[in-house]
Amino acid sequence: MIDGQTTNDRPLLCVENLKVYFQSNGEHAHAVDGISFEVRKKETVCIVGESGCGKTVSALSILGLIPTPPGEIVDGQIIFSGQNLIKLDEKAMQKIRGNHISMVFQEPLTSLNPVFTIGDQIGEAVYTHKQIEPEALFQYCVQLLNDVGIPSPKQRLNDYPHQLSGGQRQRVMIAMALACDPDLIIADEPTTALDVTVQAQILALLKSIQKKRSMSVLYISHDLGVVSAIANRIYVMYAGIIVEQGNTAQIFRAARHPYTQGLLASLPSLSKRGKRLYSIPGNVPNPAYKPDGCPFHPRCRHRILSCQKEYPGMCDYGEGHLARCPVLFKSKGYKASRIQGVK
Amino acid sequence: MTMVEKKLNNDFYIESPLPPKRTRMQEVRRLFGQNRLAILGLFIFILFFFCAVTGLFLTSGSRPVFDPAMVRLQEKLRPPLAKPNLDSLQPQEVPALGVYLMGTDDLGRDVFARMLQGAWVSLTVGFVAVGISVLIGIFMGGIAGYFGQHHIRTDQVLFTFALILGTGLVIANFTFIGTVFLLLCLAYIFYSLFARHGSTEKETPALKAMFHSNAVSIDTLIMRIVDIMLCFPSFFLILTVVALLPASIYNIMIVIGLTSWMGTTRFVRAEFLSLREQDFVAAAKALGLSNFRIIFRHIMPNAIAPVLVSATIGIASAILTEAGLSFLGFGVPPPHATWGNILSNGKNFIFDAPWLTFIPGIAILIVVLSFNLFGEGLRDVMNPKLRERH
Repeated sequence: MIDGQTTNDRPLLCVENLKVYFQSNGEHAHAVDGISFEVRKKETVCIVGESGCGKTVSALSILGLIPTPPGEIVDGQIIFSGQNLIKLDEKAMQKIRGNHISMVFQEPLTSLNPVFTIGDQIGEAVYTHKQIEPEALFQYCVQLLNDVGIPSPKQRLNDYPHQLSGGQRQRVMIAMALACDPDLIIADEPTTALDVTVQAQILALLKSIQKKRSMSVLYISHDLGVVSAIANRIYVMYAGIIVEQGNTAQIFRAARHPYTQGLLASLPSLSKRGKRLYSIPGNVPNPAYKPDGCPFHPRCRHRILSCQKEYPGMCDYGEGHLARCPVLFKSKGYKASRIQGVK
Repeated sequence: MTMVEKKLNNDFYIESPLPPKRTRMQEVRRLFGQNRLAILGLFIFILFFFCAVTGLFLTSGSRPVFDPAMVRLQEKLRPPLAKPNLDSLQPQEVPALGVYLMGTDDLGRDVFARMLQGAWVSLTVGFVAVGISVLIGIFMGGIAGYFGQHHIRTDQVLFTFALILGTGLVIANFTFIGTVFLLLCLAYIFYSLFARHGSTEKETPALKAMFHSNAVSIDTLIMRIVDIMLCFPSFFLILTVVALLPASIYNIMIVIGLTSWMGTTRFVRAEFLSLREQDFVAAAKALGLSNFRIIFRHIMPNAIAPVLVSATIGIASAILTEAGLSFLGFGVPPPHATWGNILSNGKNFIFDAPWLTFIPGIAILIVVLSFNLFGEGLRDVMNPKLRERH
C-alpha cells in the first residue's frame, strides 16, 4: 500500500502494469504502456492527460471493451474485487459490465440509441442484470430519473433521446449507469460535450450520488479545473504511462513532474491576467514511435542527457505522492534509493 | 450553488417550454401525406391484398363461388363483359356475377376467377420469397458488419472444406474416401476439444502456427459469397433449379428467396459498419448486453429502413420473376392459375382474344408499379437526409 494503509482495506480496483497495444499497418501503437493505478472504495480517482495519451483506452480495457483485432491487452492484470478481469471470458464480463462496473460516455448525444425511448433504455439496463416485474421496473426507472434530477420523470420515460437536451441526456446516461447500483462508475469525460453551467450541475450530481450510494468513481478528464473540483486522488498520464500520482493537494500545490507543472502553468487564472499563457512546446509523440528513455524528454525543459536513454523510474515523495522524474528528484536532494521500478 | 441560484434553476426547469411533441408515427404520416404517388401505391397495394385474400376464399373449396377450373368449351374466347349463353350451360356452370367480367379463355374458363386465384399466388410468392431473402440478408449482413473484423483460422476453413467434401463423396457413393474425410473432421473436433488447452503455454511449432494463422476475415468471406451469387445470372439459376425440383409454388418461392438476398446483405452490412462504431453500441456493451442482443435489438432497428425499402421493391421483382417463370412454363403447374400462365396461354390467341394477354399483363404492371412507388415513398420518409428537402 502506497499510503501505508492497513492491508484489510483492499482497493476496489487495482490495475497493475497494464499494457494495451494497437496494431495497424504493421505498426504497434503502444497506447497504454504499463500503467498501474488503484481505486479504493468510496473514492473519486481522476486520470488526467492530453487527448491521445491513453486515458480512454485504459478505461475501456477495464471493461474489456477494447476492439480486439486492432487492439490487444499485452500484459498486466486488472483486479476488481478479487478477480482478474483480463482472465475472465466474455460471458463473465457481461455479468460485470453494468452490474458491478458501469460507464458514462463522453457524448450524451450519440450514446443513447435514437430509436428507443428513455424508459426502454433505462429499463433494459436494469432488466439485463435484475429480473423484476414490469410494474416494479417502471417505478424503479421513475425513481432513477428522479435521483438524477430530471423533472416530471413519468412523462420523460416515454421520450426519445432527440427530445431531450444535452444535459438531460447525460443525466439519463448517468441514470443508466446507476441502474444496477454498481460499485464503480467509470466516467469518461462526461462533461466535455456540455456547456459550463450544465457541466457544473452534472459534476454536482455525480458528487451527490457518489456520496449517497457510496460508490467509487474513476473520472477521466483532460480538464484540470473539473478534476480539482471532484478528485480525491489524481493520476497524470502522458503517452501511455503515468507520470505523476498523488492526492489533489499534492498535485495542484506541489507538482513534481515537469509535465504536470506545465499543465498547471497553462491553466488560465486571474493572477496571470494580461500575460501570455504558458504552453508546453511540441506535441504528444506518435504512440507507435515514442522517443527512447523518458517519453516527455523532447518537450521537457529540465531534460539532461540521460533522459534520452534511461526510462525514468517512479520517485517517492512520501504520502503516496509519486512522480516519474529522477532529474527533479535528485536536484531537490532526495535519497536516490527511493526511486522504484527502473526498467 | 447558492440558494438563489438553486431556486432559479428549479424555476427554470419547471417553466421552460417543452418542444411541441410529435411522435415518429405522426412525422411519418405527415411526410407520407405529401407524397401522393406513394399514397396511391399504398392504396393499390391494400386493394391488391384484399383481392388476393378474398380471391383465395372465393376460388377454393369443393364448390367455390368463382370456379377457376370450370371448363365450358362452348363458351370459349368470350370477350370481357359478355353475357353467358344460358341455354347451353348447366346451372352450376353459370358464372356467379352473371357475366364474364374479364371474358373466357380458350377452354371457356372464367378469366376473372383465374385472375383472383392468381392474385393469391402472386401475393404469397412476393411476400414469402422476399421474407426469405430479407431474413438471410439481415443475418448475413449483420454478421458481416458486426463480426467482420474477426478472422476465420486456416484449420477452420480446412475443417469446413473437409466436412463438405466428405459428405459430398459419401452421398456420391465414394464411401471410402468420403469416410476418411469425415473421420478427419471427427479427429479434428476431438483434437480441438481436448488437446488445445494444454498446449497454450508452450512454443507453437511452425506447422501448427500455419494452421492457426488467420485465413480470411468473416467480412471478406461473406461479401465474396455475395459477389459470387451476384455473378450468377439468377433467372437461369432459378430455371435450372426449378427444372431439377418438382414443380410447386413453394419451391419457386424458396428458390426466388434464396437467389435474391444479396442486395439486402449489402445494405445491412453497410449500415452495420457505420452503426457499429456509434457510441450507443459501446454504451450497450458497457451495460453488459450480449452481442446477439446488441445486433438484433439495438443496431437492427436503426438499420431496418433501407431493408424495408429494398424489400418493397423486392416484392415487385419477385412477382415479376414468378410471372416470367410461369410464362415460360416452369412455374406453378398448369391447373392452378397464376398471372404468368394466364399470360402464357393468352399469347397463342393474342389477335383473336387480346384480353387474355392484356388483363394479366396490366394487372402485373399495376401491382409492380404500386409496390415500386410505395417503396420509393417509404425511402423518402425513412431517409432523414432526403427528408429535409420537403
